[in-house]
Amino acid sequence: MRSYEETGVVDIGMLKMPAEEQLRKGVAITECIQPIPCNPCKEVCPTDAIKMDDINDPPDIDYEKCIGCSLCVEVCPGLAMFVVRKRKGKAQITLPYEMLPMPERGDIVKALDREGNVVGDAKVIAIKHGRTNIITIEVDEELAMVVRNIRVEK
Amino acid sequence: MRVEQHPILKFSHGGMIKFYFNGIEMYGFEGDTIATALYANGIKVFGHSAKKKRPRGFFCGIGKCSSCMMRVNGVPNIRTCITPLQEGMIVESDKYDLPETAPYRKPERKTMDVDIAIVGGGPAGMAAAIEAGKHGDVSVLIIDEQPRLGGQLIKQTHKFFGSSMEGAGKRGIEIASEMEEEARKYADILLETSVIGYYNRGHHFLAAVNKLKGIVYEIKAKKIIFATGAQENYLVFENNDLPGVYGAGGIQTIMNVYGVKPGKAGIIVGAGNVGLILAYQLLQAGVKVKAIVEAMPRIGGYFVHAAKVRRHGVPIYTKHSIMEAVGKESVEGAIIAQLDEKWNFVLGTEKKIDCDFIAIAIGLTPSARLAQMAGAKVKFIREAGGWVALHNEFMETTANGIYIAGDAANIEEASAAMVEGKIAAVHALNSISPLTNFEAIVEELRNEISSLRKGKFGEKARLAKERIYEGYYEELRGNRSG
Ligand SMILES: Cc1cc2nc3c(=O)[nH]c(=O)nc-3n(C[C@H](O)[C@H](O)[C@H](O)COP(=O)(O)OP(=O)(O)OC[C@H]3O[C@@H](n4cnc5c(N)ncnc54)[C@H](O)[C@@H]3O)c2cc1C
Ligand code: SF4
Ligand code: SF4
Repeated sequence: MRSYEETGVVDIGMLKMPAEEQLRKGVAITECIQPIPCNPCKEVCPTDAIKMDDINDPPDIDYEKCIGCSLCVEVCPGLAMFVVRKRKGKAQITLPYEMLPMPERGDIVKALDREGNVVGDAKVIAIKHGRTNIITIEVDEELAMVVRNIRVEK
Repeated sequence: MRVEQHPILKFSHGGMIKFYFNGIEMYGFEGDTIATALYANGIKVFGHSAKKKRPRGFFCGIGKCSSCMMRVNGVPNIRTCITPLQEGMIVESDKYDLPETAPYRKPERKTMDVDIAIVGGGPAGMAAAIEAGKHGDVSVLIIDEQPRLGGQLIKQTHKFFGSSMEGAGKRGIEIASEMEEEARKYADILLETSVIGYYNRGHHFLAAVNKLKGIVYEIKAKKIIFATGAQENYLVFENNDLPGVYGAGGIQTIMNVYGVKPGKAGIIVGAGNVGLILAYQLLQAGVKVKAIVEAMPRIGGYFVHAAKVRRHGVPIYTKHSIMEAVGKESVEGAIIAQLDEKWNFVLGTEKKIDCDFIAIAIGLTPSARLAQMAGAKVKFIREAGGWVALHNEFMETTANGIYIAGDAANIEEASAAMVEGKIAAVHALNSISPLTNFEAIVEELRNEISSLRKGKFGEKARLAKERIYEGYYEELRGNRSG
């Protein structure tokens, strides 16, 4: 049994890590690691960066092709796609957010890890309203692979 | 206890309606059921058991469990969870006797004669109606006991999984409205009408009632498709009958259809997809989820659903279950504990969690009873989760002209339910008057369904279906030789 099947938290070792320069460009990180019959991310990707031979295969992202457009973040029903970009000692993380209250641009919100623990503050730098609202936050660079959710306290 | 704001849903409540609960004046909204109006007024205890006087509230929320029955306008045993609230209604607890002046109108009798009658307007039933309407010139009728079409779909605020081709990425509620619009083009629809029986007088007949309007229908049909969905499984633990212990679907109904919260904070028993999705939906409605407990060593639902709620700080305790619900008139807490290899509680690991509701999400059982009444042979098939109606690849049961589709046939997913509904409809149509392209249509639908059942999560359905077909053919052979 894989540990994530018991905890509901991804084992970071299972994720395919992009190279530093790919992270500087900004790429999609998928935390969809279990075979399930699903493919909207692959269908929506404008650069064909997502490889999936069978609908049951987990997505495999080609970080060279990915342009970090975050369309897959918006469409994914599993809320398992994130875009991470490193810039000037900070990490910008684009994540799906389907809760209330919605933050506003410029707000400082709580940055949460994969277990919902507060690990620092995050600044909201962009919001895109769509079928699922997606929010881009800025956190300290070392939190790039740690922060996966926010809490808005209003 | 109304949901004040929601990130996905908009609740457009109708006008105010006055009603009386045990003589006390209360208000609900047009569009409420009696049960949701009571809940919105903070009433959880609907009555007491006749003998032991244990408090009673609603459990399933879809008219299947009888836990919510009350006397309404003098008529006893009304299922308040599916009965729309009306102006001036008199709702009473603990009254079982018939009133002295009979409130009964002599029921109005209506007869109908259709080619295909579909019982249940969920995804399976609606897909069947649409398919029948598209391929043939037949009269189709959908009967559903809910106030609106859609079945389980109308409660699903999450984006559906599956292939982009079949609408994955859309939310359940969106799929339901799109299908409803289509279905209305091809079929007549009777809502708030329960099918209560089947009989055969040389032809198939269904008996259905609209209890509130006092109409009894006698429906003659050439073919019947039962798309009646499923029923929630129950779990044995101490005080499991307290108001505040609900089926997962019941919570989804009051919360996502009627905009009424089940409570302030709860726990969920079962970490399959239903339990995980329910947890997420509760968070969206502004309700706290203190824990999800799962008896198995691993989370049964999709990992991505688990990760979604974990990110919001909801703990999932695997190898744990609920021992006891705590509370007098309604739930005030839950005691959970760890399980050992033999499924016994490990003493000393008990934890008390303060909560005002407990959601049971441990699985569903197909509702095949009506099909059985219509002559379909049923069999206990473990892979299918219980007693199921035997059927063949065309969804026809062992009773001629009686079909079953969707969760009623075997618990699966909405997309599979739709395809099964279509297969049943095409076969029914073809046996009324042969279609020229029958083989081709069926072939395509079959391919669609087998690709859905291909992966690891489809394995159970694959096995269940094999056993169901096997049983069907055994039964046929048995009949011939015997
Ligand atoms: C929390 C949750 C999440 C889900 N997520 C997904 C998902 O992401 N993707 C997916 O594909 N599937 C999902 N499903 C499964 C999907 O909702 C069901 O498989 C599907 O709704 C089954 O369709 P159905 O038409 O067979 O039954 P239902 O949708 O249950 O419809 C049955 C209908 O029959 C009516 N009925 C029953 N008995 C009678 C009677 N005697 N008289 C009149 N009417 C009657 C009922 O009122 C109901 O409207 C989910 C289910 C749940 C509970
Ligand atoms: S971010 Fe854009 S380019 Fe990259 S994988 Fe997602 S959809 Fe494709
Ligand atoms: S859309 Fe999301 S859940 Fe579906 S395969 Fe892609 S990453 Fe996984």
